[in-house]
Amino acid sequence: MSIDKDTAARVAKLARIRIEDEALPALAEEFNTILGFIEQLNEVDVDGVEPMTSVTPMRLPRRKDVVTDGNQQARVLSNAPDAREGFFAVPKVVE
Amino acid sequence: MSDLNTLTIAEARDKLRAKEITSLELTEACLTQIEASDALNAFVHNTPDLARDQAKAADTRLGEGDAPSMCGIPLGIKDLFCTKGVPSQAASAILAGFKPEYESTVSQNLFDAGSVMLGKLNMDEFAMGSSNETSTYGDAVNPWRRDNDDAALTPGGSSGGSASAVAADLCLAATGTDTGGSIRQPAAFVGITGIKPTYGRCSRWGVVAFASSLDQAGPMTKSVRDAAIMLEAMCGHDPKDSTSADLAVPNFEAMLTGDIKGKVIGIPKEYRMDGMPEEIEKLWANGTAMLKDAGAQIRDISLPHTKYALPAYYVIAPAEASSNLARYDGVRYGHRAKLEHGDGITEMYEKTRAEGFGPEVQRRVMIGTYVLSAGFYDAYYNRARKVRTLIKQDFETVFAQGVDAILTPATPSAAFGLGDMSDADPVQMYLNDVFTVTVNLAGLPGITVPAGIDKQGLPLGLQLIGQPWEEGDLLNTAYALEAAAGFVAKPAKWW
Repeated sequence: MSIDKDTAARVAKLARIRIEDEALPALAEEFNTILGFIEQLNEVDVDGVEPMTSVTPMRLPRRKDVVTDGNQQARVLSNAPDAREGFFAVPKVVE
Repeated sequence: MSDLNTLTIAEARDKLRAKEITSLELTEACLTQIEASDALNAFVHNTPDLARDQAKAADTRLGEGDAPSMCGIPLGIKDLFCTKGVPSQAASAILAGFKPEYESTVSQNLFDAGSVMLGKLNMDEFAMGSSNETSTYGDAVNPWRRDNDDAALTPGGSSGGSASAVAADLCLAATGTDTGGSIRQPAAFVGITGIKPTYGRCSRWGVVAFASSLDQAGPMTKSVRDAAIMLEAMCGHDPKDSTSADLAVPNFEAMLTGDIKGKVIGIPKEYRMDGMPEEIEKLWANGTAMLKDAGAQIRDISLPHTKYALPAYYVIAPAEASSNLARYDGVRYGHRAKLEHGDGITEMYEKTRAEGFGPEVQRRVMIGTYVLSAGFYDAYYNRARKVRTLIKQDFETVFAQGVDAILTPATPSAAFGLGDMSDADPVQMYLNDVFTVTVNLAGLPGITVPAGIDKQGLPLGLQLIGQPWEEGDLLNTAYALEAAAGFVAKPAKWW
């Protein structure tokens, strides 16, 4: 399978990473190299094999559905690039 | 007393307990070395004030008696660990300025045991790399050089700063993390010991996530005994990590008897790669002979799906990374791009991530996005997870046949020059992890031990792979190998 410039642009869009148009052909080529390497997996007979979900046989633990912490608004916001009036601030989302 | 920084953890512990030295003296010795080591670019955020405070507290505790083995031991902490109030950037520009409001469980466990943090250590950005060349801080440099050649070499990656700092005696030991070989490959490149424990031994809480089903923390140390001591302090059940194992942590150091009589060591034929350098082949044969001489039984084994481990890894790890790194959106922490008039939230995400992530991280996030996207999920991601099941079964089969541990080379070569791979395609760099990545996919413990010097004067390592949760037994086999190999070389100081 070969990735073209348009597919590379679509993937970049999905990943929310801005890629300039002129960088797309080189990026597509890199993807093709990596995917070419990954294609080896097609040689393996995986019929009837379960995809791995957990590397160690374990059941995910459950906990009670209760509040375990809170009341730390200042700490939550302390690293925000833009925090105002106790909220994270972002560009206008809704017109 | 001079040269305190060159002590092992075990030596320092004994001297601290005997009141021959204080933790403050030990800490000052390391801080002095760190100040004079800019050329290595190993430490990237220094915390001398915190270190002195912790050292004084450790000395008080030691004075009261009954202090744990790690009490008063000065360490370097990989930048991937969140450390409260101290920059924790995962070597990425996107986390510039980030100071966590919390402490990772592993670093907290070490602090609870009385350890001292000297500072944060360089690494590949988000632990994605095998040469420490993707870091926003610049390359970390290997203290080793080839004979009669002052070309700068890579300390490996992603825990390159940890490797460099321990090998150069800037600290007594360091934390590392290992997703595909990021503890074991750099340890081999600088002639030190590094262990990745069984998946679930060390809590991942507070460790910046790369590929959550593969990531494990572990110690990087000057000896196998030190690895045993430090690993015990790092691990333990943590309810804050849902994959943390609720198992008792053994006294690993007490299991170091050096007696491996009757142990069955598997030699996997699939690890004999085409074009493997003769020196690596010879090192492996020597290691096999050493274990045999120590009384182990050597058995040829087959792990038939080995060849598919790297391609499976380069589906699974980027897929998980693309999901984990979605959180870097310029809203809650770290970098946010300057926006132009009229830019909306999508432009904010796209510009922030383009500016904040380096090329290798961008590449992996996009590969991960692609293999998870509609129409390709089954062909790539599910297929890779099935292959992962087969890789794990390979190991289960040989362990069920009585194999106690598996001996392999740690890396396909000695440390290479910084910049040497800059023209190679990304897959060439990925091949560095060819011997280590199977272990992460199968969730097993793996350790590398320095075992020889190549003809250019650089260290080479061997890897031992153990059964799940049998770190104690694995460390003991490594201890026997270490004793037989007798590796004592140190890099000549040039920095």
